[in-house]
Amino acid sequence: MNRWRDIPQRSDLLLQYLIDIQQRDSCISTESIQKLSTELAIPAAQIKSVIEFYSFLHTTPRGHFNILFSDNITDQMAGSRALMRQLCQQLNVRQGDPRADGRVTVDTTSCTGMCDQGPALLINNFPITRLDSKRIELIAQLIEQDTPLEQWPAEFFEINDNVHRADILLTHNTEDGDALRALLEEGAETLLQRIGDAELRGRGGAGFKTATKWRLCKQADAAQRIVVCNADEGEPGTFKDRVLLQSYAAQVIEGMTLCAGIIGASKGFIYLRGEYRYLLDSLEKELQRRRDAKLLGNNILDQQGFNFNIEIHLGAGAYICGEESALLESLAGHRGIPQKRPPFPVTRGYLGLPTVVNNVETLMTACQIASHGSDWFTDKGTRQSAGTKLLSISGDCQQPGIYEYPMGTSVSDILIDCGADGPQAVQIAGAAGQTLCHREFKRKIAIEDASTGGSFMVFNRHRDMLDMVQNFAHFFAHESCGFCTPCRVGSTLISNLVDKLYTSHATQNDLRDIERIALVMRHASHCGLGTTASNHILDTFNNFPDAYQRRLRSTEYTPAFDLDLAVCEARAITGRDDDDAHIVCPPQEGFKP
Amino acid sequence: MSHKIRVATTSLAGCFGCHMSLLDIDERLLELITLVEFERSPINDIKQLEPVDVGIIEGGVANTDNVEVLREFRRQSKILVAIGACAINGGIPAMRNHFELKECLEESYLDGIGVVNPMIPNDPEIPLLLNKVHPIHEVVKVDYVLPGCPPSGDTIWTFLTELLEGRPIHFPYSEIHYD
Ligand SMILES: Cc1cc2nc3c(=O)[nH]c(=O)nc-3n(C[C@H](O)[C@H](O)[C@H](O)COP(=O)(O)O)c2cc1C
Ligand code: SF4
Ligand code: SF4
Repeated sequence: MNRWRDIPQRSDLLLQYLIDIQQRDSCISTESIQKLSTELAIPAAQIKSVIEFYSFLHTTPRGHFNILFSDNITDQMAGSRALMRQLCQQLNVRQGDPRADGRVTVDTTSCTGMCDQGPALLINNFPITRLDSKRIELIAQLIEQDTPLEQWPAEFFEINDNVHRADILLTHNTEDGDALRALLEEGAETLLQRIGDAELRGRGGAGFKTATKWRLCKQADAAQRIVVCNADEGEPGTFKDRVLLQSYAAQVIEGMTLCAGIIGASKGFIYLRGEYRYLLDSLEKELQRRRDAKLLGNNILDQQGFNFNIEIHLGAGAYICGEESALLESLAGHRGIPQKRPPFPVTRGYLGLPTVVNNVETLMTACQIASHGSDWFTDKGTRQSAGTKLLSISGDCQQPGIYEYPMGTSVSDILIDCGADGPQAVQIAGAAGQTLCHREFKRKIAIEDASTGGSFMVFNRHRDMLDMVQNFAHFFAHESCGFCTPCRVGSTLISNLVDKLYTSHATQNDLRDIERIALVMRHASHCGLGTTASNHILDTFNNFPDAYQRRLRSTEYTPAFDLDLAVCEARAITGRDDDDAHIVCPPQEGFKP
Repeated sequence: MSHKIRVATTSLAGCFGCHMSLLDIDERLLELITLVEFERSPINDIKQLEPVDVGIIEGGVANTDNVEVLREFRRQSKILVAIGACAINGGIPAMRNHFELKECLEESYLDGIGVVNPMIPNDPEIPLLLNKVHPIHEVVKVDYVLPGCPPSGDTIWTFLTELLEGRPIHFPYSEIHYD
């Protein structure tokens, strides 16, 4: 069970130990915390703070079956909420509360990256996709019969790649070791130059030039360097990294090894989001296969001193851990709190060592450029955005899945290809990205225009855009790491105000507040989560004002909560029901001159 | 002489610290009362609220009486000001929000140390507590907030004088930093 049993106790593995304990015991008990505290010489309070930070870790048992419904807007559009209610009813549980017999808990979680085959859920960290009423019924039966997961129907756990459009990246696959042989034959400088000539930019969202990042890290003065593959893929609506890790892992790992060879790193990590734990075994096998083939480990391809080892670390349900400085904190076993920059990870990253953090797709692309040459890549795309980009398309379209397009492809062409029927909006680059309306469909996917890490969610004209806004507002309030005030407080205020609007209690006043808070968050937050968390609000304010206006109360002001209901507990405790034990709510509040 | 600006103040679920701070403008009080007329306020013990230009609220909303007083202030005030952390966020009294109301009452009236004649009061004269303590802006519209616990006398002075002169209100940094 314990993946780390043979390794001497390392404090940087704290999070990994906690994940193992959680998986084994369905919670992390006080005794486990005490034991870890003694073994690792970490104060118990610090361990508890780590447990509290990660959504997948708990100090009280979650039950034998821990079920988390993916709660992305695309899951909701496919009916996830009704299915969850059905399951709760059949199992006789309340959402979030473990059943009294300790059998099962049913709850929600942020997007699990199965948007093209949703609605989806995680059961003890393994995904079940394509949920429908029949499947839910079967799941309820299996749980009541206490059938071990291994004996559940295998088709429940099938995950499809759903690649609908492949271009050079997904078709011109390299053979094992091609990129590494190129490195050994032509030398690090030539290869770095090649990646630079290919104008490869990071595929994780920020679009930083990959060769520049590698060179800065190579030049940093240090005895050890680190390569990290960012496989956190937490942006709602993104799932292309999952497909690469499932079906193209060899080239991703070779990309990491290539980077290590170029910059002189001997240690690497794959930071795999907890939601993708099901990929762990196949990735470990792939690492072993490559070690056996001398493509990884010591003296790679018999080159004396070319040593590179990779460890896989799991995340535990925290979107912020995709942000690179938070990711590095998480790798070190801490809470994932974004760090001040500079210093950037390329000079001071994992445990203070120069570190390259790259997205999964970036690493795979680098591997291919090494063997196919830079022209192979620059032949596609635009002048500022070379090559192709993987898009994860979901929502209202006939063929959700993975589409690889040359950079510069227009949104409207993509909408036609995926079979979008009457689209009114596309959310690109995930919850943190932009909401494009009909007028903007001629824009192009490229760094200089509509930039995206790969998420592409389609909304047809029958959708209420406020559903999306509410979903994202809740998402950010939940995922804010809490470190800085504008985002910690702002995201919750916005989420509450959007709820007020959603239930038609908000007034013009509240809209002004939402906008003001959104702008403060954008300008004053510490990291990218906070600065982008209100994009969807400000975009939809502009593009879809009707979604807001039609829900407004005409009054200037209405209270934020039901006043009379707020006295219900005191009434029950004192047994009073006289007039003074109630608060009458007049229809119109506010100053009347 | 033009008619004076009428000001009313009250303390809801607060500690009167903000009112103490108001008094902390010291001798400037003399200047202030040439400009303003205090209506209902704990400072002069007037209990009846007439229409005023400025209503100043200390403390959050913890019980039914707070709701009633606050709404009355909103109805009678042209400008309503939330003063201090309690009015703005719930502040110290809102620390009970981490517990069920039942737990709070049981701790105070049944299980607490030194309780004699344990019972939870249910006299209709006593306002009932709300399930949670709320900031005042969740119950009525608020026009200005003056943060601090309490805001300093100088901050209050700047606020009132600038407001009276009809200027946009700007504070020197020293009056709004709390470290
Ligand atoms: C809130 C937040 C979440 C992020 N999540 C991811 C992620 O899941 N995967 C990823 O590759 N990059 C993510 N990033 C971007 C990373 O910080 C970093 O820029 C990226 O991993 C660098 O790799 P690249 O240059 O290859 O794109 C995120 C950034 C922010 C601010
Ligand atoms: S912006 Fe949000 S996520 Fe980023 S540091 Fe601040 S609180 Fe944390
Ligand atoms: S803000 Fe501070 S000083 Fe003012 S009432 Fe509350 S606790 Fe007292």
